[in-house]
Amino acid sequence: MNLVVDRRTRLAKFFDRADFVGLGTMLLLALGIVAVGAGWVNGDAARLVVIALGAVLVGIIAMAVMGNGEVRRKLAPYGLLKPGILWLALFFLAPVWSLFVMSLSAKESRFDFWPDFSWHWDNYRTALTEFRPQFVRSFSYAGIATLLTLIIGFPLAYVIAFRGGRYKTILLGLVVVPFFTSYLIRTLAWQNLLADSGPIVSIIDDLRLTGLFESLNIMENGKLMNTPAAVIGGLTYNFLPFMVLPIYVSMEKIDVRLLDAAHDLYSTGRRAFRKVVLPLTFPGIFAGTLLTFIPAAGDFINAALLGSPNTTMIGNSIQDQFIRQNNWPVAGAMSLVLMAIITVAVMIYTKFLGTEDLV
Amino acid sequence: MQGGAGVPVITLENIRKQYGTFVAVDGANLSIGQGEFFAMLGPSGCGKTTTLKMIAGFEQPTEGRILLEGVDVSTVPPYKRNVNTVFQQYALFPHMTVFDNVAFGPRSKKLDSSTIKSRVMEMLEVVRLADFAQRRPAQLSGGQQQRVALARALVNYPSALLLDEPLAALDLKLREAMQLELKRIQREVGITFVFVTHDQGEALTMSDRIAVMNEGHIEMVGTPEDIYDRPSSVFVASFIGSANLLPGVVESVSGSSVTVRLSCGAVVDSSGSDFATGESVTVMIRPERITPGGEAIAGRSISGEITDLVFQGPSVRLIARLADGTEVGAVVGSHTNLTIPRPGDRVTMSWDAQGSFVLKGHPEMAGSTTSNLDHVEANL
Repeated sequence: MNLVVDRRTRLAKFFDRADFVGLGTMLLLALGIVAVGAGWVNGDAARLVVIALGAVLVGIIAMAVMGNGEVRRKLAPYGLLKPGILWLALFFLAPVWSLFVMSLSAKESRFDFWPDFSWHWDNYRTALTEFRPQFVRSFSYAGIATLLTLIIGFPLAYVIAFRGGRYKTILLGLVVVPFFTSYLIRTLAWQNLLADSGPIVSIIDDLRLTGLFESLNIMENGKLMNTPAAVIGGLTYNFLPFMVLPIYVSMEKIDVRLLDAAHDLYSTGRRAFRKVVLPLTFPGIFAGTLLTFIPAAGDFINAALLGSPNTTMIGNSIQDQFIRQNNWPVAGAMSLVLMAIITVAVMIYTKFLGTEDLV
Repeated sequence: MQGGAGVPVITLENIRKQYGTFVAVDGANLSIGQGEFFAMLGPSGCGKTTTLKMIAGFEQPTEGRILLEGVDVSTVPPYKRNVNTVFQQYALFPHMTVFDNVAFGPRSKKLDSSTIKSRVMEMLEVVRLADFAQRRPAQLSGGQQQRVALARALVNYPSALLLDEPLAALDLKLREAMQLELKRIQREVGITFVFVTHDQGEALTMSDRIAVMNEGHIEMVGTPEDIYDRPSSVFVASFIGSANLLPGVVESVSGSSVTVRLSCGAVVDSSGSDFATGESVTVMIRPERITPGGEAIAGRSISGEITDLVFQGPSVRLIARLADGTEVGAVVGSHTNLTIPRPGDRVTMSWDAQGSFVLKGHPEMAGSTTSNLDHVEANL
């Protein structure tokens, strides 16, 4: 008896909350926009529903702004969420939905302008078979680049955090300075640096290291440009700050007295690093690898500007299919496959290396 | 009052530490015996923490030698010294459980895992935290974290345990409980404790011996009784407890008895050694030694007018102004049989034969005299 009453009041409380209505309305509205936008539902009725939901939403916002204290306190969090949810609904959910519809469409004939939805799963087969090398390349390039940013970025972050002293801010500023120049310009600059008659190749030639670099598969025919090494180098360079900053932040939080304590407890510098600094830096490494790997896997600028047809990544192929071949269905399928693989990979990574319970 | 016989656990020989032109510690000599509870006491910036860091190995002395059980360790890194530190904010490893924190030292020493387990559990038993072995430091209260820090250091059976203001982060009640707890643990394990504090009450309560430091110098080393009753300088007298410091000039000396003419006009007999007639001195009288009212005793009385009366629970504090304006404090039990004088009364204040002590120099040398209330208030 007591239990029933208790449950009923709890349910009642749950539904009584004005914010519950607000959140529900927002989600419904988002779905409505997606549905109408993607042509999922048609007709005046659908439009009316969307308009009605929109009106409710405006009402809630108005109440959140002008209502009394109690109402405002309840609605404020959802009022703050609203712009974000609407933004994501418009520019993430709706495009992904239309991409999904597109990926299952096909053109009846070569001369049709708009592909028709026809459960055309074949697009996915094409994406996975014809573009398999690009997928493999993307993930291996991104993986190697992530590893390199970690190898370069970790000591860099370490020195700034623990030895930076009063130059800390300046050093950190220097890491971020490249961001003041556009991504594209920086990568174009690399073309000049790596050019066949550019400074790096001539230094390698002068030192007679060409043979060595060729045997390491870094150079091909005495050239650096248009090799996998150039693409990976570009990725590493461009994503380095995304590795350095999160690692720096987690190192910065480490109390130096913990190192004193480790030394005091008979640890050599190496053991103190392994047992104290490294585990406490893990959240930073975790964030850094994700921030580097995910965008690097979908990157196309480095491969386009520094690579050759033999180094194309999946981003280049998607761009090519969309813009040059006008083959939107296959491009859509490739995009979704890329998203799916990255999502699954990140989930597995999080499962094994997740650092939630680390401070 | 050195605990064990034989070689002292820690010896400092003419230790000097200089940072640029700033001298943090100057000519410190100390020897601390086996099983002693030794306190280093002084105001902030007196060099006590620097001295502790040099013993631990985090700082190297500019001059002088540090010996651990007779062996010179002046240049030995901290991880090779058999001393452990309890840090001020504990510095527990936040990513490890209590067990792993305590096991950190033994694991560094590569003991086998069954020894580690039994030693760690034994030590957690000593600090009464055995049930918390699997918790993280963030899940513990301040007092519990403090005890983990203690266990983490003691589990290594160091020659000496160094504690850097270990109770400073705790609130008053907990601090008092931890003082007794620390004392109990020290008795139980029998390890030398070197304890740095700026709290004179803490030092008096817990220590076997105290070194009072000021501006890089060790002013005095002695038992709490020595330091309280027979301070070596005006600074020590004023820093430990509250003291009435009355300036005066030596009139005559005979043996260890010194007759001093105070600046308020009274002539008092007191004790002290190595004084010359005409020397400027300070007579120290602890407030609780003074009996207000009653008959004047020759050579052991002064008189003044009561200006203030402060009820402090178990005791009443009387403030009297002497002829020269010096303020003198006296403390009497609040349920004494004596009639407590009221403000405005002129009273004679006398003390017992051992109640006063003569010190070299004038009270101004101490920076502040605890008997001068205006001064104390101005400093607050």
